[in-house]
Amino acid sequence: MDVLTENFSLYGKGFLGTVELTVYSSILALLLGFIMASFRVAPVGSLRVLGTVWVMVLRNTPLTLLFFAVLLGLPRFGLVLPFKVFAVLALGCYTSAFICEVLRSGINTVPTGQGEAARSLGMTFGQTLSTVVLPQAFRSVIPPVGSTLIALAKNSAIAGAFSVTELLGTYKTLNELGYSIIWTFVWIAVGYLIITLSISALFNVMEKRWGVAR
Amino acid sequence: MTTRTAPSATALYDIPGPATRKRHLLYGIVSTALILALLGWVVYLLFDTEQFTSAKWTPFTYKGIQELLLRGLGNTLKAFAYAAVLSLLLGAILAVGRLSDHRPVRWIATLLVEFFRAMPVLVMIFFIFVALKVQPLPALVTGLTLYNGSVLAEVFRTGIVSVERGQSEAAYALGLRKTQVTTFVLAPQAVRAMLPTIISQLVVALKDTSLGYLITYEEFLHAGKLIASNLDYDLPFIPVVMVISPIYIGMCMLLSWFATWVAERERRNPKMKAVEIAPAEPGTLLPGVQ
Amino acid sequence: MLRTRRVLAACAGLLLAVLAAACGKEGSPPVKGPKPEQLPVYKVDTAFRLPASPTWTKAKKRGYLRVGAKEDQPYLGEKDPATGIYSGFDIEIAKMMSASLGFDPKTIRFKTIASANRETALQNGQIDYYVGTYTINEMRKKLVGFAGPYYMAGQGLLVRTDEHDINGPQDLAGKTVCSAAGSTPYQRIAADYPKAILVAYDTYSICVDNLLTYQVDAVTTDDAILLGFAAKAPKEMKVVGKPFSQEPYGIGVPRSDNALRFALNDALEANEKNGNWKKAFEATLGLSGVPAPKPPPIDRYPAT
Repeated sequence: MDVLTENFSLYGKGFLGTVELTVYSSILALLLGFIMASFRVAPVGSLRVLGTVWVMVLRNTPLTLLFFAVLLGLPRFGLVLPFKVFAVLALGCYTSAFICEVLRSGINTVPTGQGEAARSLGMTFGQTLSTVVLPQAFRSVIPPVGSTLIALAKNSAIAGAFSVTELLGTYKTLNELGYSIIWTFVWIAVGYLIITLSISALFNVMEKRWGVAR
Repeated sequence: MTTRTAPSATALYDIPGPATRKRHLLYGIVSTALILALLGWVVYLLFDTEQFTSAKWTPFTYKGIQELLLRGLGNTLKAFAYAAVLSLLLGAILAVGRLSDHRPVRWIATLLVEFFRAMPVLVMIFFIFVALKVQPLPALVTGLTLYNGSVLAEVFRTGIVSVERGQSEAAYALGLRKTQVTTFVLAPQAVRAMLPTIISQLVVALKDTSLGYLITYEEFLHAGKLIASNLDYDLPFIPVVMVISPIYIGMCMLLSWFATWVAERERRNPKMKAVEIAPAEPGTLLPGVQ
Repeated sequence: MLRTRRVLAACAGLLLAVLAAACGKEGSPPVKGPKPEQLPVYKVDTAFRLPASPTWTKAKKRGYLRVGAKEDQPYLGEKDPATGIYSGFDIEIAKMMSASLGFDPKTIRFKTIASANRETALQNGQIDYYVGTYTINEMRKKLVGFAGPYYMAGQGLLVRTDEHDINGPQDLAGKTVCSAAGSTPYQRIAADYPKAILVAYDTYSICVDNLLTYQVDAVTTDDAILLGFAAKAPKEMKVVGKPFSQEPYGIGVPRSDNALRFALNDALEANEKNGNWKKAFEATLGLSGVPAPKPPPIDRYPAT
């Protein structure tokens, strides 16, 4: 029990590190995922190929390898950035492939008739997209995006091994200080549960408010 | 995998007319040029930072280095094989637990499944490795088994639940007991239907074997790091990544393709009328608490 | 059908790659930096017996010793990626000890153990003893036993040759410093120079890699380790300042096995007297240009 109270600031730092990583990577993943999804449904062949390759490669890359390549590889091209930025880059790109697939299948769940009806009413492409297709896609996409972001939060643990401050990495310091290793891990586990459960609670609320029962 | 969604198949566009098609062609040319320019820039950077000097690539021509990489690959596959078999076993056991008629058994199984799915795999692996002082390979395999086993338990359970009610009703009407109904009627159909999802989950296990690198298990990535961080070879980091990643990605892609192939074959299978087949979707690759 | 063919093609491609990998040049890629002409040979004390030590008895039954070491420290404990052969000063010490314990040094099975896992490996018997820049201190003495010290190192700083602002630990404020997680140098910087920004990895080789790619400004650890790295790439890296600590390197043994510890102490002393120690140093760390120092006195603390 003492492990938590005596090292609250250390745990707090680690916890905040994980939260930060999760939030920034989520934003990057959602953005990139959205761009890639629009590429994948675009009428332009080369963009579709780019989107497909992006998704196929990243979905089949072990995240540890990606971290390894990004954190130790990019500095070789003269790109010197804080480790955290690299970690966000790796996590965000990796997750964007999954987000992209979720968004794409969300768009595909919107029946073709909806778009046809919108266009026959004289709506432009932009109107069709923003008032008919995306709102419907958005609703069906909430739960899978939620679980993808939870997976992202869990995956952020890998960053700790690449000298980024986050929750799992706190075990090293506490281990050196000679605290009970079991309790150390219990509190780390609790920290991750808090994060993952909050994300799932957030998405549950969102689904209740905007989701559709199909 | 490569389902080319023809743009006309979505709700987004009409079938393009001649003017639009011309416009799309223009977009296509511009974007292709941009992508090629980007690729060219990357290749230029690689040359510019001297990633193709012979000093950085000659190590790969030596037998010892190749054997080191192959040994690493072998260790990766070994960990994967153990993890896959054990996860399937654990998944089956937990699924049976979750479908049990006895409430305590059901509760325990549910608790275990939910807990192990909510924990990051890496936390479990480190816990087993650091706190329980287990050797790297068993620690890695146990961590992967607990996580993937729990996910697979849910897959098995949904599979069994999603078999048409009529099937089990008919079996019960014939006087079969619950065990018999599950093993002879429900499980075979469920496994068939769930095979793509199961294989997709195994891809996750294969990818996660690389976590062994973080607990000094001498797997593929570890072998790569050993070569990449060697000053004698001029730190051939980029060459190592260029050799290692295609192999990793290739293995995972092969398995993913296999999942899609199985899914497509099953969908055409007339035996599969009683169950709705889940396509190997990304959503199933990354489950979490919902 | 098309997809099946594609999968088959991919399989064939992979197979080809594996086949291609099966042929290559023998031996290992050329090594940079100075090379030893001849490593000393240690006489095996075949008559040696140590029944009081459970570790020794088990090893005798097994027929060989299992020794923990580092794999990425040039001239100290380095594993050739191609041949898997370990070399360096620590490795020589391990071989010396093996010979004195009655085991042919050629039969030693070395095992790489990361800094953070040394105590665990000794406690659960993965290795018989550990020789790998293992600093003796009171906290560790509670977990493992230490024979020696066999070498006196001190904490130093490794920087790029184009770095002129860092000349000692006092210049580290605001600079990024890399060290191994869980190591003594890491803890010292954290405690004594809190203004330095610390970065930690499991191994020093990644730190050095980070140094060369400008991700960190300095690598700190024992000067012996740093000298080894600097000797491999003298144009790119240098060791600066005076050592700012004393790090007596010991041989880690299971804590309960006092008999083994005493035997290793005796063996060390004998090898220091008969010149083996000096020869081993000159053939390894000495290649970086440092003359062989006088070995530190052995700390024969009582049985625990």
